[in-house]
Amino acid sequence: MAVAVALQKKVAMTGNEAVAQAMRQIEPDVVAAYPITPATDIVQYFSNFVANGQVKTEFVTTESEHSAMSACVGASAAGVRAMTATASNGLALMWEVLYIASGMRLPLVMTVVNRALSSPINIHCDHSDSMGARDAGWIQIYSENTQEAYDNVIQAIRIAQHPKVLLPVMVMLDGFIISHAMENLEILEDGDVKEFIGEYRPERYLLDADHPITIGALDLNDYYFEHKRQQVEGLLQARKVILEVAGDYQRVSGRSYGLFEAYRMEDAEAAIVVMSSTAGTVRTVVDAMRKEGHRIGLIKPRVFRPFPARDLAEVLRGVKAVAVMDRSESMSTAGGPLFTELRSAIYELEPRPLAADYIFGLGGRDIYPEDVCGIFQRLLAAKPGDICSDPMVTYLGVRE
Amino acid sequence: MPTLREATDKPKRMTGGHRMCAGCAAPVIVRQILYCTDAQLVLGNATGCLEVATSIYPYSAWNVSWIHCAFENAAATLSGVESAYRSLKKQGKIKKDFKFVCFGGDGGTYDIGFQSLSGMLERGHNVLYVCYDNGAYMNTGIQRSSATPRGADTTTSPVGNTLVGKQQARKDLTAIVAAHNIPYAAQASPSHYRDLMNKAQKALAVDGPAFLNVISSCPPGWHHEPELAMELTRKAVETRFWPLFEVENGNWRMTYKPRHPVDLEEWLRPQGRFRHLFHPENQALLEDVKSDVERNWQKILQRCGEA
Ligand SMILES: Cc1ncc(C[n+]2csc(CCOP(=O)(O)OP(=O)(O)O)c2C)c(N)n1
Repeated sequence: MAVAVALQKKVAMTGNEAVAQAMRQIEPDVVAAYPITPATDIVQYFSNFVANGQVKTEFVTTESEHSAMSACVGASAAGVRAMTATASNGLALMWEVLYIASGMRLPLVMTVVNRALSSPINIHCDHSDSMGARDAGWIQIYSENTQEAYDNVIQAIRIAQHPKVLLPVMVMLDGFIISHAMENLEILEDGDVKEFIGEYRPERYLLDADHPITIGALDLNDYYFEHKRQQVEGLLQARKVILEVAGDYQRVSGRSYGLFEAYRMEDAEAAIVVMSSTAGTVRTVVDAMRKEGHRIGLIKPRVFRPFPARDLAEVLRGVKAVAVMDRSESMSTAGGPLFTELRSAIYELEPRPLAADYIFGLGGRDIYPEDVCGIFQRLLAAKPGDICSDPMVTYLGVRE
Repeated sequence: MPTLREATDKPKRMTGGHRMCAGCAAPVIVRQILYCTDAQLVLGNATGCLEVATSIYPYSAWNVSWIHCAFENAAATLSGVESAYRSLKKQGKIKKDFKFVCFGGDGGTYDIGFQSLSGMLERGHNVLYVCYDNGAYMNTGIQRSSATPRGADTTTSPVGNTLVGKQQARKDLTAIVAAHNIPYAAQASPSHYRDLMNKAQKALAVDGPAFLNVISSCPPGWHHEPELAMELTRKAVETRFWPLFEVENGNWRMTYKPRHPVDLEEWLRPQGRFRHLFHPENQALLEDVKSDVERNWQKILQRCGEA
């Protein structure tokens, strides 16, 4: 059967502009935001859409990110679509309210342009900001490039508002590397985006005059636990919903998405797991080394929350050695956040692949194909017992 | 405006059966204000006594929509609710008219929520923010706030050998709020309920942000007998500790002037938090407390063009 793909425009845009365009097409009822590098452009582009009457959105220029997230919570609880964007310290300032948004089961969508956390203050890319929010109960989706950032923001709306999910979604793109780099991408027609996301019809909301509700009640030891368990249920359901939404999106856009991308993994004996823009570099290295006959592959997690542990373990079955590349430090001294979760996911595989962690790119430090090549060579040369302990965590490209 | 008698016959937006202390004036203040409108309402509440004691899941004392988000962001949260309403109105997706009222204690208003309040006022959201000022963080066990009067004994400004009660005078929040040039700001007391309800009615009628700072008694925090709640909020006014005034479009006006001002000691004495002020060694401190009140009174008289 022929796949009906909607008319699309090929455009050249920065990651931030693509996100702002997606927001214009979504046309949320409320946007509340505060500027911070490298996410500021998103807010600026959107201000222009508002100023030029291109959207009907109420734009709330709050006095902080804490208030931006709080206003989004208020708007969403009131019964409308609400969105925001931030980075780094801005996300850190929202921390308290992130948990409130997910605990209240509010389908907010926020773009996070990944940037290192202070101190030392640094404006460049790493994932310490969104990784710091990984347990906040939000769905987290990471984008490799401008196209993915655009596509993910649109899909996030449908995922968040799904009645079986009802959770906020955070969409990430790499600061500067993607947010400020001009790339070609295809964007949908406005009407197709509107149709894809549909009308927003919440079940319970503050502005429902006939059914007043209490939101944010005091929940003590007799109920809190059940409510938290229900929240986890939303995340469990999200796995299927994310895939369904991706399927629907593919029918419109022709582009396919999953929980992660497995690249040339069919017969791979070694694999690198890495998120976001660095996956592009790794993919190039995979192609080059495959030409030399090495059986290697790449896994690029797209959805980090919920963590697709079972699915990842399945694609890693039979792999001899796997390296995780973490663009953040968890400060546990036992590996970065992606590594610890992935290693736990493959614990039950027989035989268990060797696993090593590479922490890289903190504060925007560049990563080169030769670095990636070195990782693959080590993986391919690994003998059982080698990799984990010696060393378990390597800092790539740091002067020591 | 309905008489208090008529008002009490109206459907109750806040029901009884909540768990506020006997002698706490906060629920009285909430009722008096909510009696002043028949509009659809969405209420906001900062974390604090009023919030925890009225919303213990699965119960709620609220018969209208109510949201509590966190301690310092009630004004920002209601900014979002009101913006959602504006958006829906603009799109013709909502027919009914709503009003938005936000309640916070002095801690959630003068201190931790100060920034978010200022942001809400500056952006001009159509929200009435009510501070019930009981002069300390009562919910967490009576810690000092910037609204605590000088010399008061709190758990973080205790009466010690070297330091005796709170060392600083109160922050003049109502004046700071008025300096945002919002359409309406006022100070009120539940003891003077006609005055309070008048102000609430004006505050609810303006287009733009409004602010009411209302004194509220607290038996465990002030160390007073519960039955003295109204008596003490009245004496706060009659001793000039809590002047009743309003700032309407920039015009300051005294709405009530005690004909025979009562000695401040009559308000201080029934409150255990001021007991030490009457020990002979604290004579000078008592004088300082009195002069804070006098200075504040004169300043307000001046602003109201009555000095
Ligand atoms: C960010 C944050 N800090 C501290 C607290 C703890 N806390 C809850 S209520 C409260 C005091 C509330 O005082 P106030 O606003 O004066 O209201 P009251 O309790 O007197 O009604 C504090 C300190 C909190 N909930 N959140």
